[in-house]
Amino acid sequence: MTISATDQEVTYLEAIRQAMWEEMERDPAVFLIGEDVGQYGGAFRTSAGLIDHFGAGRVIDTPIAEAAIVGAAAGAAMAGMRPIAEMQFIDFISCAFDMLTNLAATQRYRTGIGVPMVVRGPSGGGVHGGPFHSLNPEAFFMNTPGLKIVAPSTAYDAKGLLKAAIRDDDPVIYIEHKYLYRRIKEHLPEKDYIVPIGKAAVRREGKDLTIITWGAMVYTALEAAEQLALDGASVEVIDLRSLLPYDEEAILSSVAKTNRAIVLHEATLTGGVGGEFAAVIADKAFDYLDAPVRRVASIDSPVPYSPPLESFFLPNKDKVLAAARDLLAY
Amino acid sequence: MPTDVVMPQMGESIAEGTVTRWIKQVGDRVERDEPLFEISTDKVDAEIPSPSAGTLVEVLAKEGDTVAVNSVVARISAEGEASAPAPAAPAPAAEEKPPAVEEPPQKEPEPAREEPPKQEPPRKEPETEPEPRPTPPPAKPAEEAAPSDDSLEGRRRSKSSPLVRKIAEENDVDISQIEGSGVSGRVTKQDILDYLEKPRAAAQAPAQPAQRAPQQAPARPSGTPQEQRPVFAAGEKVHVEPMSVMRRKIADHMVMSRRTSAHVSTVFEVDFTNVDRLRKQHKAAYQEKGVNLTFLPFIVNAVVNGLRDWPILNASIDGDNVVYKQDINVGIAVALDWGLIVPVVKQADEKNILGLSRTINDLGERARTKKLNPDDVQGGTFTITNPGIYGGLFGLPIINQPQVAILGVGGIKKRPMVIETEAGDSIAIRSMAYLSLTFDHRLVDGAVADQFMAKVRSVIEDADFAL
Repeated sequence: MTISATDQEVTYLEAIRQAMWEEMERDPAVFLIGEDVGQYGGAFRTSAGLIDHFGAGRVIDTPIAEAAIVGAAAGAAMAGMRPIAEMQFIDFISCAFDMLTNLAATQRYRTGIGVPMVVRGPSGGGVHGGPFHSLNPEAFFMNTPGLKIVAPSTAYDAKGLLKAAIRDDDPVIYIEHKYLYRRIKEHLPEKDYIVPIGKAAVRREGKDLTIITWGAMVYTALEAAEQLALDGASVEVIDLRSLLPYDEEAILSSVAKTNRAIVLHEATLTGGVGGEFAAVIADKAFDYLDAPVRRVASIDSPVPYSPPLESFFLPNKDKVLAAARDLLAY
Repeated sequence: MPTDVVMPQMGESIAEGTVTRWIKQVGDRVERDEPLFEISTDKVDAEIPSPSAGTLVEVLAKEGDTVAVNSVVARISAEGEASAPAPAAPAPAAEEKPPAVEEPPQKEPEPAREEPPKQEPPRKEPETEPEPRPTPPPAKPAEEAAPSDDSLEGRRRSKSSPLVRKIAEENDVDISQIEGSGVSGRVTKQDILDYLEKPRAAAQAPAQPAQRAPQQAPARPSGTPQEQRPVFAAGEKVHVEPMSVMRRKIADHMVMSRRTSAHVSTVFEVDFTNVDRLRKQHKAAYQEKGVNLTFLPFIVNAVVNGLRDWPILNASIDGDNVVYKQDINVGIAVALDWGLIVPVVKQADEKNILGLSRTINDLGERARTKKLNPDDVQGGTFTITNPGIYGGLFGLPIINQPQVAILGVGGIKKRPMVIETEAGDSIAIRSMAYLSLTFDHRLVDGAVADQFMAKVRSVIEDADFAL
């Protein structure tokens, strides 16, 4: 199985696979390590075909031991390799917390030796996966200097950000969204490209209200924006793409233009990283605010397994509309 | 100061009147225009309404008294007044006890009006003339620098939001002078921006009496310099109607489009005779399928052919990039009673005449009955409009951003045309129309635009359509 031709549309998942493939071609130091990534081709088929092409030396199946996966990857990175460590579901990254935060994040600071490692895995709910298979983990790591965190929402960004993450000399947590794997597709450029870490993208321009978001919630925001356009309100949607570092300038200049802001994320509300963006807006864009800054997020609860409860738990277009209309009428 | 109630003049020649009955007694509350007393004169008996709202505090003419026209027969005190009988009335003052009316049954005490609520003599003058409206006005900080109302509503009203405060400071405007339309009467950004644009001279609302409490007395000077010439002068007869959302959006879009694109137009003359013939041939058959066959699907099909040959007319400009749209989604402008909307025929290049007809019929119907979805009006890559619908020869439309071209279809009219054949020239009656293309010269050059139009014309004139 080779890279698919570029005259067809490429799914988000395939874009990730292409990025890994192309980087492994380009740089012999890049390798993939994780559970079921080799023989099985990945629980979601994200690494289908890789082991046949690159061999078992570069596509490594492991036991169920995330601390070991990330620890080994970090060690390899310190020795000069560029590993991609896969978490089968990003929820299991909690097992590797120590390796990531105490070791990898601080290694350069302590010893001058960088850890050019990517830890990637599928996040997010909406697939009836329940609490162990639906996490959005960014808040657990946002508070750790030394790490980078990215979360693409389009196939183009998925490929470009993964390449950027692999080429980055520091540990990057790459949060892919399982709901988008096969639902999002687009034509990708033939030639090599990256999406720089730390730059947001404006998905929709507007002048009455800004929604700051990322991942699968970008599509929820766009749906709400279309509905609001029928009401005569013009909504700007900013897809952050990178959470650490994040594009503060994009956030502030948008709020300066629209004077109203909603931060929308799929992770739960309290302690979610939305608070960080709301605080920066309140601090640095205070004079531009004509309404309070509001966050729309999942309810503070473990992710429900029951489908109607999960629908109730997650943010959706109607919750965004309610918040938006509130702010527009403030 | 209490209001005098006088014996009215009921006719030119009447000089006096007799009070026949007091409907209200001293101490009674009376509303403005409420019947107060009855009189009898030479010409007519009448019920006289109260000139103001308040409490009847003094009656100077008893029942049966005849007094001269315009003499004071009673006095009414406005609310909140501590009142005492007026000294030296023309007639012996009624002996009723003075202010048992200290606390007239007011609805609410006016908050910002009096400082210490009730004290014996403070003869304040809240107003020298009768209260114009009986309903107590909402807490209006208009006159005085609002004594700090520390409630949430008060703070919203006086401090509004950081943005509004910034604008107010930059323009030297007092927020409390502005009518707020936001939460708790908060002045919003739009409110203050509208206020800054409004002409000072016409502050007294032309035409309508203010429904709500007036926001500023006419004579009040306000600090803001004029930035914009007013659209009408004070006193000019106008009828002001706020724009609908659709109208505002159209207005914004039109000027934005003109500012964005380098608009150039080219006009072609196209022979529709063959298409007309085809249309007449198939109209009945289409009607049986429930489809009304017009000229439009043929034009759309011709446009699609043109766009296939000249894809730059199906593109957009993004900064320094040309974005070639891979789908051909043709928007059709529909005039509505209340405005204008452009539903889009998606993938128009994949539809035949029947498919195009059906889609166009459906979109037009749903546009007129307001049943379009957001999806129906988005994603267009080229637009067709119909300036000829009311008989115009041709139009020069404005480009529908972010597209780079728009086709205007003029009226189809029969004209004598010269037909050239090998056997010689002759004159024939043909159905002709002017098709005008407005294009964005930033991206599309005249030669390309003309070749596109030539292709469209040849497709229509050859009329080799699959029906």
